[in-house]
Amino acid sequence: MKAAAYRTPRIGIDSVQHQARMTELWETEPGLKGFLSTVDHKHIGTRYIVTAFVFLVFGGLEALLMRLQLAGPNKELLSPEQYNQLFSTHGMTMIFLYALPILSGFSNYLWPLLLGSRDMAFPRLNAFSYWIYLAAGIFLYVGFLMGNGPNDGWFNYVPFAERDFNPGLNQDFYSLGMVLFGISTTVGAANFLVTAMRTRAPGMSLDRMPILIWGTLTANVANLLVVPAVSLAFFLLWMDRQFGTHFFQPANAGQPLLWQHLFWIFAHPWVYAIVLPAMGMVSDGLPVFCRRPVVGYTLLVLSTVATMILGFGVWVHHMFATGLPTMGMAFFSGASLVIVMPSAVAIFAWLATIWLGRPVVTTAFLYFASMILLFVIGGVSGFMTASVPVDWQLTDTYFVVAHIHYVLIGINVFPVLGAVYFWFPKMTGRLMDERLGRWNFWLTFIGFNLAFLPMHLTGLWGMPRRIYTYPDGMGWDTLNMITTVGSFLLAVGILLFVVNVVKSLKSGVLAGANPWDAHTLEWSVPSPPPPYNFAVIPTIASRHPLWEDRLGEPARSSINRGMLLDEGKETIATTPLDAEPDMVLEMPEDSYAPFLSAVATTLIFVGVLVKLWILAAVGAVATIGALVAWLWPRRELREREPPPVQEAVHG
Amino acid sequence: MSPTPLGYLEAAGERAQIILPLTWLTLTISILVCLVIAILLWMGVRRARLAGGAEQMRQVEIIHGAPGTQWFTVGLTITAVLLFITLVWTMVALAKGAAPAAPTAMTLDVTGMQWWWEIRYDSSEPDKTFITANEIHIPVGMPVLVRLHGGDVIHSFWVPRLSGKTDTIPGQTNITWLQASQPGRYRGQCTEYCGAQHAHMGFEVVAESPADFERWREHQLQPAPPPATPEQQRGMQLVQYRCGLCHEVRGTLAAAVSAPDLTHVMSRRTIAAGTLTNGAGVLGAWIEGAQQLKPGTLMPNQDLTAQQLSDTLAYLETLQ
Repeated sequence: MKAAAYRTPRIGIDSVQHQARMTELWETEPGLKGFLSTVDHKHIGTRYIVTAFVFLVFGGLEALLMRLQLAGPNKELLSPEQYNQLFSTHGMTMIFLYALPILSGFSNYLWPLLLGSRDMAFPRLNAFSYWIYLAAGIFLYVGFLMGNGPNDGWFNYVPFAERDFNPGLNQDFYSLGMVLFGISTTVGAANFLVTAMRTRAPGMSLDRMPILIWGTLTANVANLLVVPAVSLAFFLLWMDRQFGTHFFQPANAGQPLLWQHLFWIFAHPWVYAIVLPAMGMVSDGLPVFCRRPVVGYTLLVLSTVATMILGFGVWVHHMFATGLPTMGMAFFSGASLVIVMPSAVAIFAWLATIWLGRPVVTTAFLYFASMILLFVIGGVSGFMTASVPVDWQLTDTYFVVAHIHYVLIGINVFPVLGAVYFWFPKMTGRLMDERLGRWNFWLTFIGFNLAFLPMHLTGLWGMPRRIYTYPDGMGWDTLNMITTVGSFLLAVGILLFVVNVVKSLKSGVLAGANPWDAHTLEWSVPSPPPPYNFAVIPTIASRHPLWEDRLGEPARSSINRGMLLDEGKETIATTPLDAEPDMVLEMPEDSYAPFLSAVATTLIFVGVLVKLWILAAVGAVATIGALVAWLWPRRELREREPPPVQEAVHG
Repeated sequence: MSPTPLGYLEAAGERAQIILPLTWLTLTISILVCLVIAILLWMGVRRARLAGGAEQMRQVEIIHGAPGTQWFTVGLTITAVLLFITLVWTMVALAKGAAPAAPTAMTLDVTGMQWWWEIRYDSSEPDKTFITANEIHIPVGMPVLVRLHGGDVIHSFWVPRLSGKTDTIPGQTNITWLQASQPGRYRGQCTEYCGAQHAHMGFEVVAESPADFERWREHQLQPAPPPATPEQQRGMQLVQYRCGLCHEVRGTLAAAVSAPDLTHVMSRRTIAAGTLTNGAGVLGAWIEGAQQLKPGTLMPNQDLTAQQLSDTLAYLETLQ
């Protein structure tokens, strides 16, 4: 890639002829070929979003079944085994297959558009990451549909997950599926990192990046560091189960607590990874509807990063009842309390943005604004569990179930639904229906709070989590009925959302490039964006390239004039801090290699699962083959053989 | 019993009492914070000039707006003060909760099993040591040390009115303590997911006067009485022959230890780990249909004739 740096790209103005040439260069072929081979981040992003949403619906249906079982005492709709697989699969689905992938989907779609680039840094890796995610999702769900879903909760404590207590294939599906899923997350994280550091439009220095970029970037730095811990843990578990190693088996001096450490050192940062990008969506979206730049940009960015750094030091608060030394717990208790501070920064920044701005109420605004309250409710219950003695009572009761749902629905699902209302016109060219949107919002808001606010009390009155039924006379009957009613109301709200999406896709009002009069770069391109995103690479002079004139900022970004980069599939690489142009990036064509590598990798896991070693070997060889094809040096990408350069000018 | 036997907003024991005021403090702070933020948010949104959709957006001018520094200075100061108070209180409560103020009067070994609790009363005199299940008796007002063991998978020992949770983890011994301040029956429950019947893994703690406790202990130390009628005699044979594969009845040939000790089973208020209220009828139903009453339990359904069942019950009823 280095060689291309010697060329100085031509500067020019956007034109129809130029756009036609760019379309020819960048467009994905129609049909199956394009479907399987595309590396366009917008296609991949949309796939992520749709797939993750399908998993959200699966997880939701599982939840509704559980709510029917728990609507009253001693119900026998589900057997204990069915219930236990349902709650485990529900957790796995929502936390792994929905919560991060949906955000990866939005980030995949939006990042290059927000950054003023033409694609992610590694487009083929991006496609690979999606296919592996899909494969892992299918792998895990095949297990579930065969009656071999996970049955030990999403955190899967040993020794119950060991073969002695869990002889079926359930835990093998879960372990191997999670390792497979970890590959997707890891390569995706690496791609986000390089994309943020190297492919921003010239002039978009670090302090001009949208906060969504900061959120996703921070989350993915964390993922890169912690996903190996859980992949390792699941691999060790599988070894214990299949080859008699003793990592977690106390009978052979293994350590059950080792699992908990390896799991939570991953899973607590993961909780931040699945909310920080969503908080970024609110930080970027809310100001548009408040008609002013966000209050406290620098503080918000610092709080995002600080949350993650502190987030590495709080995992033990999931283990306050495991008999760890008091001194150690005191440290983690303190850290878990301190982490409230950066969250408070975000809350006050958003509140101040509403108060010091001129809000216009739309459905997207309602989702973003209501998230502030839901975040606070989920936050204060987290604050309570941070106090060790209080947690001795709260932990493993429905109080924690209420907490996790305020965090995951409040800080993930609500911003995501708001983000769909906000960016749907960009992605499809059509606005979503606002009237249906209001019904959709209020049903989800009321349904959600009806289901989960009383659940705090269910917890305080002692209902343990993960029980398939409960006796009467415990004081939980009415509360559980309310929760069941609320959860169905929430489901109706989500159904209405789907109806609105389908309806608006067909007959929504045409949006134009910038329907919300927003300030970031994605709104400078047509809706839906052309395959190449930006006909010319913009040059950025502020945080609000589309509001500069009205904010009276002296600097002016250049949107329509910039580097043409039309000698191939090209975009510009810039320096990590100041985003000065550094080199021309030759971007890869569409390719089957990512899809085939993903299929081959999955074959390995299927072979290993059923212990058909020959199949695993075939998968391994095929994976290597696909990777060789993928990485084969090609002159057009100038991955080898830099052309001779005459360095006459400067000697 | 209280309307919420597992609720922890009331305390009847020292360790729970250490936690309770801190729970109320953090709960009160939490509710107040939610209310303040909700009001601020509501008032902020009420300032909205327009409502609608995209067509309304351009009708409101973009402004620079105030920097809003005071939102952070005021907000974060209040947050920091509240956190600091909580932190200090937490550390104090943590230190207090770690061990009882007075030396413990006695020691229990509790082992969590799928899906019941084994309780061993330790004593320096070996003949004062005995094992029971699912019902813990303690003298009121005295601190009792509880050593927790994991029998198979991880469980968690929890008596909310008396104390917070501590896990029972195979391969390690955890410590907690109980000290009831009032006599009564307190519900306990396993709170770490442990498999099919995690939902039915309860127990009871009976706090009674030291004199009553002594009487109970003396009684528990007695072996099972010999059968007094031919019916009971036949019942004992059956119990030794069938139940004895897993259960123990001290003073008989039934001497296995992989299921609850039955020597004084009828002295316990519940059976099947707090699942059913004890009594001859219920016991019979349990023996015949454990898999229907607690699907997945390790107790198999016993295929007894009516005669065998009534003999067995006749004998079991003597195990007071």
